[in-house]
Amino acid sequence: MKALLRPAISLFVLLSVVTGLLYPMLVTGVARIAFPDAAAGSLITRDGKPIGSALIGQNFSDPKYFWGRPSATAPQPYNAAASSGSNQGPLNPALADAVKARVAALHAADPGNRRPVPIDLVTASASGLDPHISPAAADYQVERVARAWHLEEKTVRQLLAENTEGRDLGVFGEARVHVLKLNVALDAHAR
Amino acid sequence: MNDHAWILLGLFMAMLLLLARPLGIYISRVMTMGNHETWVSGVEKAVFRACGIQLDEEMGWLQYARAVLLFNALGLLAVYSLQRLQLWLPLNPQAMANVSPDSAFNTAVSFVTNTNWQGYGGESTMGYLVQMLGLTVQNFVSAATGIVVAIALIRGFARHSAAGIGNAWADLFRATVWILLPLSLLFALFLSSQGVIQNFAAYQEVSTLDVTTYQAPKLDADGQALMDAQGNPVTEAASTTTQTLAMGPVASQEAIKMLGTNGGGFFNANSAHPFENPTPLVNFLQMLSIFLIPGALCVAFGCIVGDERQGWTVFAAMALLFVSFAIGAITFEQQGNPLLAKVGDSEATSVRTTALTDGNLEGKEARFGIADSALFATITTAASCGAVNSMHDSFTPLGGAVPLVMMQLGEVVFGGVGSGLYGMLIFAVLAVFIAGLMIGRTPEYLGKKIEAHEMKMTSIAILATPLLVLVGTAVAVMTEAGRAGIANPGAHGFSEILYALSSAANNNGSAFAGLSANTPFYNVLLAVVMWFGRFAVIVPVLAMAGSLAAKKRISVTAGTLPTHGPLFVTLLIGVVLLVGLLNYVPALALGPLVEHLVLWPTR
Repeated sequence: MKALLRPAISLFVLLSVVTGLLYPMLVTGVARIAFPDAAAGSLITRDGKPIGSALIGQNFSDPKYFWGRPSATAPQPYNAAASSGSNQGPLNPALADAVKARVAALHAADPGNRRPVPIDLVTASASGLDPHISPAAADYQVERVARAWHLEEKTVRQLLAENTEGRDLGVFGEARVHVLKLNVALDAHAR
Repeated sequence: MNDHAWILLGLFMAMLLLLARPLGIYISRVMTMGNHETWVSGVEKAVFRACGIQLDEEMGWLQYARAVLLFNALGLLAVYSLQRLQLWLPLNPQAMANVSPDSAFNTAVSFVTNTNWQGYGGESTMGYLVQMLGLTVQNFVSAATGIVVAIALIRGFARHSAAGIGNAWADLFRATVWILLPLSLLFALFLSSQGVIQNFAAYQEVSTLDVTTYQAPKLDADGQALMDAQGNPVTEAASTTTQTLAMGPVASQEAIKMLGTNGGGFFNANSAHPFENPTPLVNFLQMLSIFLIPGALCVAFGCIVGDERQGWTVFAAMALLFVSFAIGAITFEQQGNPLLAKVGDSEATSVRTTALTDGNLEGKEARFGIADSALFATITTAASCGAVNSMHDSFTPLGGAVPLVMMQLGEVVFGGVGSGLYGMLIFAVLAVFIAGLMIGRTPEYLGKKIEAHEMKMTSIAILATPLLVLVGTAVAVMTEAGRAGIANPGAHGFSEILYALSSAANNNGSAFAGLSANTPFYNVLLAVVMWFGRFAVIVPVLAMAGSLAAKKRISVTAGTLPTHGPLFVTLLIGVVLLVGLLNYVPALALGPLVEHLVLWPTR
């Protein structure tokens, strides 16, 4: 066993330094030079101040904004320092109750809208930080948002289209609307 | 399965087939290279001399096993110590506290055994030094351990009348430095070009557009949550207009997390977190990178034993099992949750949702949708990766049963890096043994007689994990401490425990994450299960490698059962399913099956 000790320790230290220090530092160095924006978190700034990340969703509850996916992070929704899903099973009564409450909140903000509710708008995302909703979930909210800003629906739909993307390369994932960017665009339009 | 799902699955298998062969040939060359005068051997000579490694020293199986165990024990010590001391070490800008002893022990075992089960939340527990020097290192070397054990077993078949099965130190070095490191470097740079973060900065605060109001837990003077008389936390209304973005060197860890079938997320939400997995394109490549090396190792196996058909036979058995289960998972998730289709008590006031047309989106990300999430779930559990891009706990009963069964088959459907191949070869040995009994001939595989010793080792390797899963589940279900962790009521709660034990024993690492597993009970139980789930398979596999290598090679005759082609693929799949299902059907009946029948009572 003793004959094994020296190679074991030396090899472990060597591989630790190579894969645990040199490798991440090399990636950091190259990423900082080649992709500085992405490496730092794809921050969105307004008037020189960071107002979010292009990849991380934010919580919206004001009727004038498009709302995103419900978030199960604690203690506040969209806590980007503690990502989490709800982990509620399909038969858990708490899940049905939560969906009911979210549907009620949507109706309270827009009592006239009795269309079927897009399910992604009332079920929690996996990360609790989902920046996107489906185009159907955005469409469901257009009238409410237009009314709140005293804008024509056409204008809101225009902004919506500008912040909608299709499947990656036409085949991967789903079409989606970027909620934060869309709301930033609404703010900018109103100014 | 809609068109999108079929195209996605087809593209995935096509890309895997395209990449497996070149990488497999490369792996076989690296792992069998001699001492030629190239710059590679120049580097190796210098390193091996400095480390006191004799390259031409062949190890017997026992020596090989000791070396692997010792190397992994050092890893255990390092990861445990780094977590216990992180507050006083550099690169910890959030001043994360030292991790508790039981959690640190669990995490150390978890990462050393290539399980990467996580009882903790990454961004709220681990400083950057632990993530890099502790966890990233184990992401590499635990994967390398799997590769070298698989290669040692292949050498057992390829060699004859030999005393040794290779040099463990040289193998570990080569698997890490010439195979895993270059692939990870390329993939990490690609990831960081797509938005996966890579920095050492403190967490970034931003001011949000809208105000967030929420119920915050009330804290006492020591920072502990206040409880009311019923034991529920006391809350007060709070609001905020800021958001704190977790940062860190994510891309470098993300790359090896997938390529090494490790699966331990930098963040709590793992590959669902947009900073780990920002786009569907990245998601596709992450899925591909999970199967890349396990697929390529099948080809490497064929190359080293001198008959590529043997490798493709194993590959075909894995691929057929995988595709069938993937179709199942996607179909079940697309069915959605009937309980959410209509909200409200009376017909007049009730509101419809799109639950039955859009599928089960609870615990899934909008950019991935159903198909890209369910496919990821099947891949990550078919391979012993355990990364998740959706929360398996919120899957439909049968959709969630797919990942559960994939793990329970013993992680042989591509499986972990190396461990999937040696696991499947063990099943191949069992298959020729059963076939030998049926046709009344001495079983042989790749020119080696399969005798009593090999069958003993095969039995230990195959029975160790079901024993750990079922006994562990029974212990957890029967104890107060075990039941205390359950989050979801009813049959689903049982599934959470069964999933945790299946994941730990098979070194997968994914979870029905509602289970509160960061308790002394689960940390210790799961650590023990993970350790034996790994090494109670590796040691008999190496023992078998040693005895096979020592055997003479017998020549192929008209009476030899061919171990390539559709007949053997069918036999192999049959054995895997038979063993897997016989072990687990009763347990599955108590969990997912009951739940399915309750969810769809009218069908």
